[in-house]
Amino acid sequence: MSADSATVTYREALNQALREEMIRDESVFLMGEDIGHFEGAFKVTKGLLAEFGEERVVDTPITEAAFTGLGIGAAMAGLRPVIEIMTVNFALVAMDQIVSNASKIHYMFGGQVSVPMVIRMPGGAGHQLSAQHSHSLDAMFTHVPGLKVAVPATPDDAKGLLKSAIRDDDPVILLESEGLYGKKGPVGGEDDLVPFGQAVVRRPGRDCTVIASSRMVWVALAAAEQLATQGVEVEVIDPRTFRPLDLDTLAGSVRRTSRAVVVDEGWPECGIAAGVAAHLYEACFDWLDAPIARVNSADVPMPYAKNLEQAAIPQPADVVAAVMSTLAREVPR
Amino acid sequence: MSASPPPVPPPDEMRDIFRTMTLIRRFEERAAEEYMAGRIGGFLHLAIGEEAAIVGTVSALRADDPLTSTYREHGQALARGTDPRAIMAELLGRATGICGGRGGSMHLMDLDRSFYGGYGIVGGAVPLALGLGWAARYRGTEQVSVTMFGEGAANQGVVSECFNMAGLWDLPMVFLILNNQYGMGTPVERAAAAEDFFPRAAAYDIESWKVDGMDVLAVRAALSEAARLARDERRPACVELLAYRYRGHSMSDPDTVRAAEEKERWQARDPLVTFERVLLGEGIMDGDGIAAMQAEVAQVVDDATAFAQESPEVPIAELADGVYAQPWNDDARGSALMRP
Repeated sequence: MSADSATVTYREALNQALREEMIRDESVFLMGEDIGHFEGAFKVTKGLLAEFGEERVVDTPITEAAFTGLGIGAAMAGLRPVIEIMTVNFALVAMDQIVSNASKIHYMFGGQVSVPMVIRMPGGAGHQLSAQHSHSLDAMFTHVPGLKVAVPATPDDAKGLLKSAIRDDDPVILLESEGLYGKKGPVGGEDDLVPFGQAVVRRPGRDCTVIASSRMVWVALAAAEQLATQGVEVEVIDPRTFRPLDLDTLAGSVRRTSRAVVVDEGWPECGIAAGVAAHLYEACFDWLDAPIARVNSADVPMPYAKNLEQAAIPQPADVVAAVMSTLAREVPR
Repeated sequence: MSASPPPVPPPDEMRDIFRTMTLIRRFEERAAEEYMAGRIGGFLHLAIGEEAAIVGTVSALRADDPLTSTYREHGQALARGTDPRAIMAELLGRATGICGGRGGSMHLMDLDRSFYGGYGIVGGAVPLALGLGWAARYRGTEQVSVTMFGEGAANQGVVSECFNMAGLWDLPMVFLILNNQYGMGTPVERAAAAEDFFPRAAAYDIESWKVDGMDVLAVRAALSEAARLARDERRPACVELLAYRYRGHSMSDPDTVRAAEEKERWQARDPLVTFERVLLGEGIMDGDGIAAMQAEVAQVVDDATAFAQESPEVPIAELADGVYAQPWNDDARGSALMRP
């Protein structure tokens, strides 16, 4: 990021990335539900219809499968569509297009054609939207070879990862967090890309490695503050992309701290935390002084009631407890 | 403004059409033999009986009109001019296959000939065709995106979504419903509420109609008109072709559901036999000419099969090549990338 960079919200950072890339490359167009006249359910596309017109900022009917597939076809023809699925919850309707078409077309046809598209969608819980509107499905997308999966936690990464995604020749799933759109921070300029597969250390520490992404980075950092008051210094690492995963950086940290906690807003079974922990066991088994701990959302459909919802989502206290467990210490009261 | 072909093609094109239909028939018969010999694995869906639908369609299009299809698509690739050697080698899973042995029978593609592929999820390629039509309009080309799918796919919700968007946005598209009357073993009357499928497109303000899919000239005329609407008037169109496949759904289907009488009735209207009569009757070809063409086609199929059988297998070391168009480092190879 440049030294004189302005402080903007995560939402505005995404908007800047879209606008800059649309100016840079005429083959970039946006498509999704209510992204034009309504300017997006989360206002990420604010002002873009007015600037670029209806051919490049396209409001669709409520047909996630068809307009996602349309984006894939347009990408096969050499355009660079950025498809907005209003929330990750609705991506399930388009899953056949994403998994059976987007991820496979380059390989299945012997590399004759690529699919340079971005599918943006926010996810996560915390707004009492209950079972069908609170998914974190990062693991489902990360499971699929052929996709790339980016999970920005800051405005700077939101802008830089989206710009990289638009310029990438493969289908990229950009998972935004509904809870971060208002988060402020500095951002880079027009040519500041965040490369895929490069984790970043959010806070250095020596006692335990805490791996977290997207909104969970902020949960982990809050936990790190609390732990510091107990004399425990954790190293918080944000992978930024799950596919590719920067295992070198993650494993390098774990070999130094000998302990690891993986924080993941998704469910525990076959999830991101499970997958990352498996990699770390394979890469760092001889260095580990304690079992790797996972912090996940509860293994339940997300409940509506506020107290139940908060109990289901990872909280700083859950991360503190997990770190303390790797240190074989009681959580102080 | 458009260069749409005339309703009745000139004699040399009539001969080309007949040769392509014959090539598809002989190629499919040979593919069945290769499957029975164990050299072709997986699914093998044969289009025998559907040659008029395939060749009539392709002959009505421009070479750069993007074409998408189902998993029953060897004929579309052949009609577009893909080297039969590269197709047979793909069926045998060889390195020389058109997709390097990654796709197989269901996933042929020949981008150089604007054949955008065969897809295995019923109805799943129709949104891609919508995108190819979208891209043509976005770029201001005169291309028309044509997608062939079965009447079974017409029951998938995503196809109706595509009808709606094509009609809403007037995309340069032709939807081609190849109604071969069976979704695997289920006849249309047990799967669809109404007999005809083309009115479904009409419900979305798309001009649509039905023609005899066993008559290659009728198919060609219908597709010429549909492509003209899409190209010149920038309106989508939908054509339903009523046809019949002679074999089961795939080679693993013993085809015991359909009555022998029904099969015989349709085979009596065989598109190759019917068109041969037209050519003979109009003096466009004679018996000797047809025999010579058939011998030449047999030679092409023999050659393609020999080429495929003699071609090398794909090296195992290349298993993970091509998962990504843009790998992120030199070692970037599929899930192996995720290792340190």
